[in-house]
Amino acid sequence: MAGWESATLRDKRTETARAATLHFAADGWPGHRAGQHVDVRLTAEDGYQAQRSYSIASPPEDDGDVALTVERLDDGEVSPYLVDEMAPGDMCELRGPIGGWFVWDVADGGPLLLVGGGSGVVPLMSMLRHRAALRSDVPARLLLSARSLEDVLYADELRTLDDGDEALDVTLTFTRTAPPDWTGYQRRVDRAMLEDVAFAADDRPRAYVCGPTPFVESVAASLVDLGHDPGLVKTERFGATGS
Amino acid sequence: MERLDGNAAAGLLQEVFAREMTTAMETCASCGRASAVGAVHVYMDGPGTVLRCPTCEAVVMCIVRVRENLHVDLSGMRRIELR
Repeated sequence: MAGWESATLRDKRTETARAATLHFAADGWPGHRAGQHVDVRLTAEDGYQAQRSYSIASPPEDDGDVALTVERLDDGEVSPYLVDEMAPGDMCELRGPIGGWFVWDVADGGPLLLVGGGSGVVPLMSMLRHRAALRSDVPARLLLSARSLEDVLYADELRTLDDGDEALDVTLTFTRTAPPDWTGYQRRVDRAMLEDVAFAADDRPRAYVCGPTPFVESVAASLVDLGHDPGLVKTERFGATGS
Repeated sequence: MERLDGNAAAGLLQEVFAREMTTAMETCASCGRASAVGAVHVYMDGPGTVLRCPTCEAVVMCIVRVRENLHVDLSGMRRIELR
């Protein structure tokens, strides 16, 4: 799909109070790689068009299913429609898959270090699902920062993946409200947390950092400060979307 | 202005170059540092899309859509290696 193609919403699932996963059936979808995104274009009756990029949540192995997890931005032009209004059977236009730099294939090897802020976990989830689908034993760690447990995308699935896989560790940190019995991290991701959770720089992990711009820049700077090779730290900024 | 990165401009770049561009390596004409296009700083709030060098923040590429036409200014980029 080099240009814009129409796509039909097949199914929609609520993820959190602010986010939903939209499953599209797209004709001529050539398949994607974990970490890629698509551009979504909406056209109003008067011809006005709005366009945004959303990361693909589904793994390459889910043939014919393009799943996008979208978080509602209250002042957004596109996300409120996608999360709250668009219903199965409705159509929009998609362009993609897009991107080849912020991608990870099992064949790339590891260790794999994933650091996500809020909905920045979406492309990282595609990587973890891809890794699980191929039963890869590449050592992997996910550090996910969220405002509260209610804001964690894929919480149940992440717990299941973590419990069933010795080579995978999932660590959560809450920046606003932690559950009452929580004994884990309760602050923003910082250098000390990365030193605890991330692989040692000498292990040369492939790091993927995704989330709001300030989050991504702070995490990437801390990783480099800890001795990680800047060439192995890939970043994707979602902009100043809060979280 | 909200700083994004080359990933956010990947769809537009694909429109311009008719191929995946985020893995390409560009060299900034101002400071001479090379960077993956996926890692450059991108600003999309203005009338066009501006790509800046992640090292020195000089403009390396500017893409503006005027009606049906795309205008691409590449004067800030010394070279680009397609990968």
